[in-house]
Amino acid sequence: MAMTATLEQAHADPHHIGRVSENPGPAPKRIVTAYGFWIFLLSDIVMFSCFFAAYAVLSGQTAGGPKGSEIFDQRNVAIETVCLLFSSFTCGMASIAADVRNRLWFYLGMAVTCVLGLIFLAIEFNEFADLVARGYGPSRSAFLTAFFSLVGCHGLHVSAGVLWLLTMMAQVFAKGFRADVLRRMMCFALFWHALDIIWVGVFSVVYLLGGGT
Amino acid sequence: MLGKLDWSAIPFDQPIPLIAGGVVLAAILAVLIWVVVKGHLPYLWHEWITSVDHKRIGVMYILLASVMLLRGGSDAIMMRIQQAVAYQSQGYLPPEHYNQIFSAHGTIMIFFVAMPFVIGLMNLVVPLQLGVRDVAFPTLNSVGFWLTATGALLVNLSLVIGEFARTGWLAFPPLSELSYSPGVGVDYYAWSLQISGVGTLVAGINLVTTVLKLRTKGMNYLRMPMFCWTTLASNLLIVAAFPILTATLAMLLLDRYLGFHFFTNEAGGNVMMFMNLIWAWGHPEVYILVLPAFGVYSEVVSTFSSKPLFGYRSMVLATMAICIISFMVWLHHFFTMGAGPDVNAIFGIASMIIAVPTGVKIYNWLFTMYGGRIRFATPMLWSVGFMVTFIIGGLTGVLVAVPPADFMLHNSMFLVAHFHNVIIGGVLFAAFAGFEYWFPKAFGFRLDERWGKVGFWFTFVGFWVTFMPLYIAGMLGMTRRMQHYDVAEWRPWMLVAAFGMLLLTIGVLAQITQLVVSIRNREALRDRTGDPWDGRSLEWATSSPPPVFNFAFYPDVRGEDPYWALKQHAKEQQLGDHSEPEYQDIEMPRNSPTGFVCAFFATVMGFALIWHIWWMVILGGVGAFATFVVFAWRDHDEYVIPAAEVERIDRLNIEERRDLVSLAGTL
Repeated sequence: MAMTATLEQAHADPHHIGRVSENPGPAPKRIVTAYGFWIFLLSDIVMFSCFFAAYAVLSGQTAGGPKGSEIFDQRNVAIETVCLLFSSFTCGMASIAADVRNRLWFYLGMAVTCVLGLIFLAIEFNEFADLVARGYGPSRSAFLTAFFSLVGCHGLHVSAGVLWLLTMMAQVFAKGFRADVLRRMMCFALFWHALDIIWVGVFSVVYLLGGGT
Repeated sequence: MLGKLDWSAIPFDQPIPLIAGGVVLAAILAVLIWVVVKGHLPYLWHEWITSVDHKRIGVMYILLASVMLLRGGSDAIMMRIQQAVAYQSQGYLPPEHYNQIFSAHGTIMIFFVAMPFVIGLMNLVVPLQLGVRDVAFPTLNSVGFWLTATGALLVNLSLVIGEFARTGWLAFPPLSELSYSPGVGVDYYAWSLQISGVGTLVAGINLVTTVLKLRTKGMNYLRMPMFCWTTLASNLLIVAAFPILTATLAMLLLDRYLGFHFFTNEAGGNVMMFMNLIWAWGHPEVYILVLPAFGVYSEVVSTFSSKPLFGYRSMVLATMAICIISFMVWLHHFFTMGAGPDVNAIFGIASMIIAVPTGVKIYNWLFTMYGGRIRFATPMLWSVGFMVTFIIGGLTGVLVAVPPADFMLHNSMFLVAHFHNVIIGGVLFAAFAGFEYWFPKAFGFRLDERWGKVGFWFTFVGFWVTFMPLYIAGMLGMTRRMQHYDVAEWRPWMLVAAFGMLLLTIGVLAQITQLVVSIRNREALRDRTGDPWDGRSLEWATSSPPPVFNFAFYPDVRGEDPYWALKQHAKEQQLGDHSEPEYQDIEMPRNSPTGFVCAFFATVMGFALIWHIWWMVILGGVGAFATFVVFAWRDHDEYVIPAAEVERIDRLNIEERRDLVSLAGTL
């Protein structure tokens, strides 16, 4: 039998919940992809929340080692924050450029985003290397464990983001602004902005709360 | 060069794992040789391994779960025998081996049996019930499955290369920390769960998106079959809970590999944090398993009572209530660990509240049966058996949710009996019910009813004979995970339980026999119409097995039980359908080896991480990234099935169905 058979209203509203708007059918690909990626981002944020929780529990457990206020350098953190937040802006520019199919501005926006991300990573790497050199590595105390893990987890995400960013640039170079490339670009932009939101959390909970004397 | 790996990793002095491993290896080799010699390899590669069809992936999930059920079941048999004979003696299993067995049993049964089984059923059925052609992300679906298979493979490797964890199925620190578990056992545990956990998360994201964004025309939320609702709830839980497991295992691994101090005894680590984190995932996990099971029962009871589900909206409400409350009760897993009476009271009450929506569901199933024309086919037997069994498990659950009672029963055999009662009586019975119920849909022929009933009765009776004695032993003070004991009054109950295990084993053998017999008699059991049970939802509106595109047209849904309504409507009109539909080209996703290749590199990477073979870790990581890039570079990810071909396939099914319409409601 054909699936287009229609029915009288007899079966349409058995629970008398009133007229309901009909579901129009499967959503278009772009919507589905973005929606799925949002769900992934939410799950990623849940994962970060565990590291936040661990930091909250362990931040006082210095085991005779340094406290946060003794090792945090507010000036570096300010530079990191400016870099990352500005990279969100340039990433947004790249997204707009992709939407209007402008290669020049797309490459430019992505390149600046990439450089800012790399500056951020370099500063963070330096901070970590310096701490380890002073004997304040993650195995020194539970506080440092939680600190390195939370901040490092975000750093790993940024590194993965930079790798993805370069892949996206290569994709556009090789394939142009195809529908699937644009969908991936949209996911990348969502990812990058989400990392910014997480950084605001890291910056507040770790450096601002822990940095006070 | 090979990290910690050398010949001492092979347990030459322990005959049991060596023989078991040898048998498994021989079986795998025999199957491989048979496949290659018979020339089935190209077929397997093109039609199954690289398939992105949700039906094929669902079947592979269930196959994986079934194979692992045999492995986890062997562990269970060994434990039951050990406890039956180890009265005032050491039994036949040395302590370190016995500890590995109960750890592997729990890990395998939860992660590699129950999880793949329900995810497999969801994959197979949900797109069909929603009237769509595939899940939201078909290739990702394949990646998720193969990563799950990777986890299972690593756990099985630990049988012969190295060892498995001896820490119980959740690897509590400080026992699971390096200082107390220096071997590779916990690493095997953590990496296999980490890899398969990623696979599960992927499946969860996929199915949530599928249910929320891909529904056929007119398939509103309150017209979805109950199984779709429970799938939605279960996968929302996966998305919210599995990242917690990922983070927790990552912390444990950092402790073990890099000397971090999350859960150590020294330098300020906090063991209680592990308890909170692991159970914040672990409690939702049991609802991830049991909610789809409830969905299966809803479908089965409604179909075999020939009635719409009673109290549909209350069922939806109960499902979503359980979904939310399940995140608020994790502390009841450690009432005895010093949270204090006020906190314990709050969590105790929250745990008891879950019984309310669950009770609503039970009554709904009962009222669905009330006044219905009930057919006791095998799936219905499993469902009724579930109701009888699960109520006992639920009531003992309410009992252990009372903190003072829990202080007595914590970590006793009573607890073991309780959670086996709900997981076997709830999840496993549903898995079997769903297996019988949807098998004709997946393969186009029914399963043999007689052997199915034999399997049911042996499993059902075997379950009671095995686990009721454990309740009693728990009441008599027997704690869990005992390799041997000296208390005389526990002995008879252990012997009874061992006998029950024998019945359960016969039940499993009966179901294997059923499968073999059915495959041999498949022509007699052929389901030509696609609707063997007089079904009510859309998966029965297409042929068995469904064509790759599921439906020639997106069905137009006008109410609940849409397929039932279609049949009734056609009956009223005294017709099949004489209109000439306009067939159109259909675009479907191409097959892709991405999932398989990804999982290959994940296996390499996992194995290398367990054994500290760092160059191999880098190789696996680079390979995985390269796979991702290669996949991203594809130019053609879809192929077109021409309208003529769609028409040919659909016409066949329409012809087979002509007579069905006049039979609707009379089977």
